[in-house]
Amino acid sequence: MLEVLESVGWVTVQDGGRFGWRRFGVPPSGPMDWFAHRAANRLVGNPPQAAALEIGFGEVTLLAHRHLVLAATGVGYRVSTALWTFPLWTSFVVRAGETVRIDRTGWGNWAYLAVAGGLETEMLLGSRAAYGRAGLGAPLTGGDRLPVGRPSASLDELAARTLSAQSLLPYSPSICVDVIPGPHQNVFTAEGRRAFFESPYALIEPSDRTGYRLQGIAVERADRNELPSEGMAPGSVQVPADGQPIVLMADGGTTGGYPVIAVVARADLPLLAQLPLNAGAVRFRATTVDAAQARYRALLHVLDNAIQIEENPHRLAQ
Amino acid sequence: MGDSALRLEFPQAPRLAIQARLRALSFLLEADPLPGVMETVPAYTTLVVHYDPARLSYHQVVSWVRERIGRVEDSAARPPRRIEVPVRYGGDSGPDLEAVAAATGLSPAQAIRLHAERVYTVFLLGFAPGFPYLGVLPRQLRLPRRASPRPRVPAGSVAIAGSQTGIYPIDSPGGWHWIGHTPLVLFDPRRELPFLFAPGDRVRFVPIE
Repeated sequence: MLEVLESVGWVTVQDGGRFGWRRFGVPPSGPMDWFAHRAANRLVGNPPQAAALEIGFGEVTLLAHRHLVLAATGVGYRVSTALWTFPLWTSFVVRAGETVRIDRTGWGNWAYLAVAGGLETEMLLGSRAAYGRAGLGAPLTGGDRLPVGRPSASLDELAARTLSAQSLLPYSPSICVDVIPGPHQNVFTAEGRRAFFESPYALIEPSDRTGYRLQGIAVERADRNELPSEGMAPGSVQVPADGQPIVLMADGGTTGGYPVIAVVARADLPLLAQLPLNAGAVRFRATTVDAAQARYRALLHVLDNAIQIEENPHRLAQ
Repeated sequence: MGDSALRLEFPQAPRLAIQARLRALSFLLEADPLPGVMETVPAYTTLVVHYDPARLSYHQVVSWVRERIGRVEDSAARPPRRIEVPVRYGGDSGPDLEAVAAATGLSPAQAIRLHAERVYTVFLLGFAPGFPYLGVLPRQLRLPRRASPRPRVPAGSVAIAGSQTGIYPIDSPGGWHWIGHTPLVLFDPRRELPFLFAPGDRVRFVPIE
């Protein structure tokens, strides 16, 4: 078991997501950065969709109640015990009674901590992903105890595995992400479309797991009429009347009535998720569905084959 | 609609007929799902099919859906359920009732009668888990949304805006006119049927004291 001693920001349990309930208005939730979440699970020998901790814009201190293998991933965070600071994207052992701390060190928004065996918190509507707004799991606070499942191998085998550096996504505070043009192109003026595809946008507050607000040259609309609500997907870039885009993220509404100028490719959603607030810039580049799907599959392939066993003195010392 | 969802639009026919077809198609697709298709979301004139691009390509999903569009009969939809919703109107249970009556030139009793005499259809669920968009509201009751939303409307609140009426399943901010309250629980994740309503259900409000 893993016990939360202290948390700041948004610390939640997230698995691969909650599916099958969108028609009732329940968003899929799941990780903001699916790449980092999946990598953390792979590093500790879990199925890719296992439940792990997500730390957003904050920090957490945990107490291990037994020997565990952990791996932390993400951007802008550090993971440490009283004695050691461990690299991200690498699995390591903590012993019963040790505390583990994850805190922020630089730009980047989300970190993941996977435990060999996965977190076995309560399943609601078929998932452990927290969606606090609807009472489906809650943000974690001091005193919460998280049950851990059975690891897939011995702790010795699962420790000191690392993701090769060349397999990491090109996380950066200045990014260009692929988007597939959205279904409502004719709602925007030519100037509006040009602004969206050719000028940079900054991430501003309030942004959270529901949506990322962008600020830049307004995406002008030719038609101000409201559209009938329709199904939305994570990554949908909605444009309200003021022309400042909002990207729907993991907890985003399942339906919406704002026109969608584009949808961010899955392969690039992690880059957007980690874009720093008020300090970074994102540009959008049009791509095709086929190209976006091919990139996504290639990333999954890389990730599932990129875990290496690290031979280092630290491992032998344990 | 991006690399993980297919969006179908049927813009031509009147909305109610399209909706019945969309629900029938959604039912047909979910009754015999293609592995890798996660779920479908029917709305007013569109149906979105969410799928896993690790398992399916866009073209596979398109041809799977296309094959089934032709087979949709309106009768293939699940027969609509009829659900009666008891509502306490006005007072603390519906603090906007007086203002709605004033703005529409009706008495509160007339407004209640108009709201409760209609059988509504659940067009879609969204905004919050289990929030039903119900239509269509009688013309005499149609008002724009409140100028400023309330920061919190309690679960069970019945509200109207534009041509629609709805019920808040959980405590939420609310921009609609809050006219009543129902003791029914719309959403309970630990219940066998977590949601009271599904798209296509028919709903009638029954005034209670």
